[in-house]
Amino acid sequence: MKGMTIIVKTISSWVKVLIFLFGIYIILFGHLTPGGGFAGGVILASSYVLLMLAFGREFAEENLPLALTSKLDCLGAFSFALIAILGLVFGGTFFVNFLYQKYLPGEALALVSAGTIPLSNIAIGVKVGASLFLVILSLSICCKGKECRFD
Amino acid sequence: MAIFYILLLFMLIAAIIAVETKDLLSSVICVGAIGFGGSLMFLFLRAPDIAITQIVVEVLGLIILIRATISRDLTFITGEREFFGTVVSVAIMLAIFLFGISVFETLPRFGTPAFAKAPAGSPMKTYLTEEQDPNRVTSTYTAMGLRETGAANIVASVILDFRAYDTLGEATVLFTSILGATVILRRKSRKLLEEPDE
Repeated sequence: MKGMTIIVKTISSWVKVLIFLFGIYIILFGHLTPGGGFAGGVILASSYVLLMLAFGREFAEENLPLALTSKLDCLGAFSFALIAILGLVFGGTFFVNFLYQKYLPGEALALVSAGTIPLSNIAIGVKVGASLFLVILSLSICCKGKECRFD
Repeated sequence: MAIFYILLLFMLIAAIIAVETKDLLSSVICVGAIGFGGSLMFLFLRAPDIAITQIVVEVLGLIILIRATISRDLTFITGEREFFGTVVSVAIMLAIFLFGISVFETLPRFGTPAFAKAPAGSPMKTYLTEEQDPNRVTSTYTAMGLRETGAANIVASVILDFRAYDTLGEATVLFTSILGATVILRRKSRKLLEEPDE
């Protein structure tokens, strides 16, 4: 499968940037407006899925290689656990919001507020986006009758 | 309230079509219609967070299912149903339905958000004391959310601060499932890949 027509390719290469930007907005403003890490991560993954459907799997895989995707997945999961452990180290309790309570109270309704909640949102967004893209990549790589080439 | 019944009817019809149709692609699209009806319902129930997540996951899941459906050769289901299997499954569904009715009678009425005060006629009030009232917890969250966590979005303050353990578990479930999927979908193990074919 070498992708679709040039109309679809042109439009999706423009729209993909907007979708990606919207995903970043949903993640970063997760503590202020509806949304959050999970929904934003799925939107990030769907921008790459659009790229994969329009240009074919090889093109999407050049943009976001499989090895990098699995590393991003592990990085997101690890940093979310790290935020929880940092709460144990600095705040005395696992998962305590130590940034808000001690170091960076911030102003309500400001972008930099709520302590560790935006950081957790970013970690979950990276993790969910990478793992959902990995699902679609693995489903399209491991088709029937073809050799899987995970490394 | 009428909008909920219209949506429920729409989702029920879509579910019946999804089960009964012989064409796999129309079945997948009907499953997507159920998801979009659910997303609209969350929106009317004033839960935009869940509505966003539902619609986004639904779109992605629909893409995966359509892609998996049209890349297969077999897109039509053939063959007759077995009589015994149908009877057993209908009986089990009836039992679950009857059990579900008795469970739903104890819940708050549909469309009554748990964050609000418990309604006067709610069966919860009849056998729960004031300390056991589930609305006590949620009203604490709404009252203290902004002051304790600084997050303007109450949902974010609940899932990432008050109940962050839930989110940790959810992330672990996702991580483990992706890990298992990539390991299982890989045909050869790493050891076999390194060895030359003989």
